[in-house]
Amino acid sequence: MTAISLRSVSVTYADATAPVIDQVDLEIAEGELVLVVGRTGSGKSTLLGALNGLVPHFTGGTLTGTVSIHGRDTRDHRPRDLADLVGVVGQDPLAGFVTDTVEEELAYGMEQLGLAPDVMRKRVEETLDLLGIADLRDAPLADLSGGQQQRVAIGSVLTTHPKVLVLDEPTSALDPTGAEEVLAAITRLVHDLAITVVVAEHRVERVLQYADRVLHVVDGRVESGAPAEIMRTSTIAPPVVELGRWAGWHPLPLSVRDGWRAGASLRARLGTPPVEEVAQQPSRNPGQPVLTATKLSVRHGDLVAVREVDLVLRTAEVAALMGRNGAGKSSLMWALQGSGKRAGGTVGIGGVDPADLTPAVRRTRVGLVPQTPADLLYLPTVAAECAQADAETGSRPGTARGLLDRIVPGIAAETHPRDLSEGQRLGLVLAIQLAARPQVLMLDEPTRGLDYQGKAALAEVLRELAGSGHAVLLSTHDVEFTAIVADRVLVLAAGELVADGPTAEVVTSSPAFAPQVAKVLGHGLLTVADAVERFGRMP
Amino acid sequence: MGSTGQLPRALHPLAWWGWAIGLAVAASMTTNPLLLALVLGVVWLVVLARRSDSPWARAFRIYVALAVVIVVVRVVLHVLVGFKWGDHLLFRLPSVGLPEWAAGINLLGPVYLEGWLAALVEGLKLGTLVIAIGGANALANPKRLLRSLPNALYEVGTAVVVSVSVAPQLAQSVQRVLRARLLRGESGLGLRALAQVALPVLQDTLDRSLMLAAAMESRGYGSSRGSRPARRRLTGSLTLLGLVLLAFGMYGVLDPLGTTGDWGVPILAVGVAMSVAGMAYGGRELRVTRYRSDPWRAAETLTVLSGLAAAAGTAVSRSIAPDLLVMPLQPIAAPGLPVLAALGITLAALPAFVTPRTPSSHRAQAPVLRVSGELSEVAG
Repeated sequence: MTAISLRSVSVTYADATAPVIDQVDLEIAEGELVLVVGRTGSGKSTLLGALNGLVPHFTGGTLTGTVSIHGRDTRDHRPRDLADLVGVVGQDPLAGFVTDTVEEELAYGMEQLGLAPDVMRKRVEETLDLLGIADLRDAPLADLSGGQQQRVAIGSVLTTHPKVLVLDEPTSALDPTGAEEVLAAITRLVHDLAITVVVAEHRVERVLQYADRVLHVVDGRVESGAPAEIMRTSTIAPPVVELGRWAGWHPLPLSVRDGWRAGASLRARLGTPPVEEVAQQPSRNPGQPVLTATKLSVRHGDLVAVREVDLVLRTAEVAALMGRNGAGKSSLMWALQGSGKRAGGTVGIGGVDPADLTPAVRRTRVGLVPQTPADLLYLPTVAAECAQADAETGSRPGTARGLLDRIVPGIAAETHPRDLSEGQRLGLVLAIQLAARPQVLMLDEPTRGLDYQGKAALAEVLRELAGSGHAVLLSTHDVEFTAIVADRVLVLAAGELVADGPTAEVVTSSPAFAPQVAKVLGHGLLTVADAVERFGRMP
Repeated sequence: MGSTGQLPRALHPLAWWGWAIGLAVAASMTTNPLLLALVLGVVWLVVLARRSDSPWARAFRIYVALAVVIVVVRVVLHVLVGFKWGDHLLFRLPSVGLPEWAAGINLLGPVYLEGWLAALVEGLKLGTLVIAIGGANALANPKRLLRSLPNALYEVGTAVVVSVSVAPQLAQSVQRVLRARLLRGESGLGLRALAQVALPVLQDTLDRSLMLAAAMESRGYGSSRGSRPARRRLTGSLTLLGLVLLAFGMYGVLDPLGTTGDWGVPILAVGVAMSVAGMAYGGRELRVTRYRSDPWRAAETLTVLSGLAAAAGTAVSRSIAPDLLVMPLQPIAAPGLPVLAALGITLAALPAFVTPRTPSSHRAQAPVLRVSGELSEVAG
């Protein structure tokens, strides 16, 4: 039976000249797990929003055509009237929580629908078990980890027994472990409860292997098809798919397992893995030490966020800081920069501790792009922000704009920084920070909300910075990004540095951190580009 | 009823509020330090016996601190600007002469024991009131209290809950933006800083509010509400008129001059009736249900009654022997002990023994470091 049916649906927002999604016809059967892929700004979110009527009832805009969910037309049903049929979970679960404990949050939707107390009680217990969060029932929502919050958010819409579950980027902000928890929960729902699931995800590699169907959104148009078929031409593709495309494998591998089986011939050509080879690989550019931290510690109350970390950053090197959510990555970066508080230890840049400098001088030594870059922006136009950056750093007028054009070309000067895409905003803040000409640049989770192209562009910028002698430190969960960009990987666990070494060595030593290509081919190959280089043009 | 064999459970929040208000009323009727001390002791005992380990329970300390501040401020104010009266000179401060138009304000000057004691017991009375209310707050989760509001007040309750949870988020984003300014080399404060902080914070807050609103909408908020405007208008006017009458009636009852004559009580009654009718009528419109609503059992009734006993005992004592309820200052003497009032207030300690124990929270099991830190603080 058809769960979701869209007939020539177009959505145009107010003030927009072109529709965001254009003439979409789509049928989704009951029990399907559908993955929606597309570049940032391609209309994915609009498509998802249309499924429960948030578009256009809540967002405004004009929707033509019909969207019907199990026979209910969103024209006559407001999102609240579909709450018993469609469960929607957004990207930031914390922002959507209404109550403050897990149990109450699970019950909230049922209370709104007026279910009987004994029914609610039973369903809350079922849902707690289904998602494996029973031990958290009384926990305050704000204290949960990202993966737990996301599971609670999913649970809170499941209690009304919806037939359709819509998830917008459920694992984007999560570390690999949190993402695994959430994905396991989602697949369980599809297999055990036959719920129709529509999920949009930037990190396609995480969901692709579970999907029955892929919707590829390009400029408002939607292509629908089997995963392998769509992935052949998709603008968004995980590394294992790119490897498969390059190697001409048929059928196209969607998971590491598929890739491993298809990759036997390639591995054979590599011969038996020389065990020491990985370790012997010289790092790309051995630079000079520029920042040295000794016994650096950070405390938040009783919690030791960073414990006596020693580390050295070198010029012309990109280092990636990895580790779970809450492992202390942000605290470490802020402490290294000198603006964050420190419980002990010293940092030296050319013999000076940045914490002893005034903020204005400090940023000329170490620049930091925080997790929410928008915090740094407060002026109404991109041009004003750039001019302000030149003024506050005493640079020649046009410096910041010049940097911005190198990083992300083609942003109109009069654009409001709020209207920029994630990637553009990151570029703007990066340009502002670079205007102070710091020798060390740190970026806290820069890949959040970036699609593959955005990440590739960022990687290029960072490599270029390293090439011009900067020391770059970035924190990320994204192993594929690390594989492309980093010379060196530092792993932080519970505030302690547990690994520090060349990328190839560190990421391949643990399955959780290994990129897909490394899992398929081994031999210290991390990215498709590595493979191409090793095998020459043709496999 | 009220046996010690009861299973641990959290008492209905309204019961604790009824109990605390009873004690507060008792405290407000007296300046007898013995009675005030008794009220304080009772509140303290019950709070220690029945509070949970939740954050709001820990806020009791803040109320105690506030009460101490009130007493100190009252006494200091008396010495600074109060009207000093009495026969027993305590100490003499240089008097500051004030111009004619400020007559009646005595800046410093001699301080007498009587006036000083009067200020002290006045402060003590106010402090006791604050601690009684603080006790209710420590014993009853304010959010659960909102959950037991009648349906007609449901929206108001939701708004309060949402704003309560938004406040810490707002503080967080202010902190984040302040910190981020350092990265741009800005550390100064002032008007420019205000704009630099306020704009990102406001945008952040707006985004969050929109996301919350979208989430609530898609989860069915308001879906069970009928949309008959006539009915809503009737509910609104009934409730509003009822509240206005309630205010008038209250004034009539409490006004010592009796300007409203005998009309106070009837107006109050009509006001209450109209408000209740409005809420009941409006509440029927909304068909939301409550998950695990707190039951009202014998222990709850007993708790409210014990609070009532404190108020009633004190009131009866006052009508029999009003002199016993005030601190005797002219001449200074040891305060007497009005038996009925003391008995009533002592009865209010009953909930410490007969109500079910408060269950310990499960938060200890939540695998979160921050929580265990908080718990050790409570245990310590």
